[in-house]
Amino acid sequence: MKLQWLLLLLMVPNVRGQVSFDRILEANKEPQNWLTYSGSLMGQRYSPLTQITPANAKDLELQWVFQAHSLEKYEATPLVVDGILYTVQAPNDVVAIDAVTGRVFWVFEYAPSPEARVCCGRVNRGLAILGDTLFMGTIDGHLLAIDSKTGKSIWNVTVARGEAGYSLMHAPLVVKDKVIVGVAGGEFGIRGFLAAYDARTGKQDWKFNTIPGPGEPGHETWAGDSWQHGGASVWVTGSYDPQLNLTYWGIGNPGPDWNSDLRAGTNLYSDSVVALDADTGKLKWYFQFSPHDDFDYDSVQVPVLADMEWKGVMRRVMLWANRNGFYYVLDRTTGEFLQGKPFAKVTWTSGLDDGGHPVRIAAANPSREGTLVYPGVQGATNWYSPSYSPHTGLFYIPTWENYSSVFNKLPGEFVEGRRYTGGAPRSPVPSLKGTQVIYRTEAEGYGAIRAFDPKTGVRKWEFKMADVTGSGVLTTASDLLFAGGREGYFWALDARTGAELWRVNTGGDVASGPMSFSVNGRQYISVSAGNSLFTYALRRN
Amino acid sequence: MIRLFFCLALAAGCLFAQHSFTPIDVEDGGRLYRANCTICHGAEGNEVAGIDLGHNKFRRAKDDDDIAAIIRTGIPGTAMPPNNFSDFQSLTIVAYLRSIAAATATTTSGGDAGRGKAIYDGKGACASCHRIRGAGARTGPDLSDIGNSRLAGELERALIDTAAEAPEQNRHFRGVTKDGATVTGTLLNEDKYSVQILDSKDRLVSVQRASLRESSIIEKALMPSYKDKLNAKELADIVSYLVSLKGVSLKGVELQ
Repeated sequence: MKLQWLLLLLMVPNVRGQVSFDRILEANKEPQNWLTYSGSLMGQRYSPLTQITPANAKDLELQWVFQAHSLEKYEATPLVVDGILYTVQAPNDVVAIDAVTGRVFWVFEYAPSPEARVCCGRVNRGLAILGDTLFMGTIDGHLLAIDSKTGKSIWNVTVARGEAGYSLMHAPLVVKDKVIVGVAGGEFGIRGFLAAYDARTGKQDWKFNTIPGPGEPGHETWAGDSWQHGGASVWVTGSYDPQLNLTYWGIGNPGPDWNSDLRAGTNLYSDSVVALDADTGKLKWYFQFSPHDDFDYDSVQVPVLADMEWKGVMRRVMLWANRNGFYYVLDRTTGEFLQGKPFAKVTWTSGLDDGGHPVRIAAANPSREGTLVYPGVQGATNWYSPSYSPHTGLFYIPTWENYSSVFNKLPGEFVEGRRYTGGAPRSPVPSLKGTQVIYRTEAEGYGAIRAFDPKTGVRKWEFKMADVTGSGVLTTASDLLFAGGREGYFWALDARTGAELWRVNTGGDVASGPMSFSVNGRQYISVSAGNSLFTYALRRN
Repeated sequence: MIRLFFCLALAAGCLFAQHSFTPIDVEDGGRLYRANCTICHGAEGNEVAGIDLGHNKFRRAKDDDDIAAIIRTGIPGTAMPPNNFSDFQSLTIVAYLRSIAAATATTTSGGDAGRGKAIYDGKGACASCHRIRGAGARTGPDLSDIGNSRLAGELERALIDTAAEAPEQNRHFRGVTKDGATVTGTLLNEDKYSVQILDSKDRLVSVQRASLRESSIIEKALMPSYKDKLNAKELADIVSYLVSLKGVSLKGVELQ
């Protein structure tokens, strides 16, 4: 055994007690574990582990595969707690796995109601843990608490009605003694909200409507009754700043998606980030990226929190690569707009004004005959986790470049439980992976990982793919970057240069965020692709 | 346990004799019943008015073959749908239903679930091994939804006749490592090289077989007998309580 492994082994007790919220707050002190969806409450998807390096990444090899009994897209990021890996077999089975060998300890099976309505796959993105309890949202609108040792149900509460188009897709976020979730369903005319539940009992603690009701500020941004079915869903996990006690969440598109005539106004808080008091759910500030959106540009991205020197002063900032094609730097104490620049081809706006608001181009709006717009309906990025490495200081974005759609506008009539979208955009790039072959020019759209210096807005490098990518990005303290794409490749790149160091063909769409953990001093990288979860580590000498 | 019901069912002189089934067949029938029938008929088969499947009370069927036919073809114009089972599968469900009749028969009755809970928490000290909705120990089976999968008679016998084998999903594992340490826990999974257990300290552990000098699966239930510890009334109370445990509602309603 190498000395460094031995030292790690001595430093890091393999078996610890329950996952207290203090442990989650200080996740960087136990890099062997991955306790939240993004690895920390900052949402950086950055691992402090350093055993795998740019020099030895070529020696990565497969350790084990978990093949899900599911043909759905495998979007979940696992959690790892002291050698036990927890993942979700879509739609809503939870599986506890030995993180070293891949052997299953238990499977919690959940049969969602056949009445569940989902727009884009019966998928789930992961779990949260607190104490001995795992939390999972379900596609039929429930939030479940499950014993992490036995896989038995502890409680099950209805967050919202599945048959009305509400579903829970994202990994819940635990803050203190609460479990926070939001509802998906932006294509079904839902009225979005976030809610916090008592982790012990499942009792609802607070609720924040992402569309203000009558009498609430912002209600006037929805014409007539459009607020009742305006979407503004939530389907990716938020982040949390313990010093400010604020939890940040990205909010989805207004509905109907592509016919905005039915909802005149800026449509708050659709396509916004909201900063909520974690104890009360009260709105502290918001920033709307795409007012009165016509293109389905959900702002459903992981809010990435970083502390950095900004124009000579240390600032608590938030980095945000938006589906609308811009990446933003905001002050996360106040919501002040600090910077916004396009990171891919954009034609729906001529640019951002001094306050970060887009200047719209009337000719670029959806029309009856169809209007060609960049980025297309899936956005220049989407829910795929970006990464910020405090070590390189760079912000990494899974990007769809040269990607367009023709947006048409159709009538929309709200009927509960039915799609309510007001259009049917078309694109050379399918929204979801369809066939197993592609023959597309670069000008018709391609995928890339792009690295930006958030302080200057300068792009540092690009790693191009032939097909687009629905993969998240993981960076490590040894300046490695892991990501995949629809082609089925999973890569290790040099986070400073974008140079390819290692790749493997997983044979399936990489449509999740990779993560890293270690057990007994050995570092592992896990990523799902196709219908399986793959785990890699360095070849043993 | 299943074997016991099977014999009782035969002794009851029901229509069972028309076909012959192994205990495994009856168990398979129960599995099919629980997966496909309980949503309307309930765990005990008495949730549709006028029908009590667990007490041989049917509206139309005269014998096992009639019941099996109805299971397969459904009853047009009613909520009873056709099912894609083979003849044999349908008959295993019937065999299971016949076995329920015997299993529901308890020697005690009229228990009070509230008093049963007090016994569970107090005199019975059941939570020192069992868990209900997140409270209690994990050594024995989680009882949160035991009322869905076990009938009163089965529970009563499980409390008294603990010499029986543990259900296969609640077997225990015992291993001794090459350096002499003992590893014990609930057996969760195994393969050629390793055994997955929930150990006595509530840790999920993968034990490598290569690290063990001996190992065994303990098939006998670890449950102590309550035959001499509880009187008939107390037994009835605790059975009533256990039968009332229906787990976490699928409808997402908070149950207390």
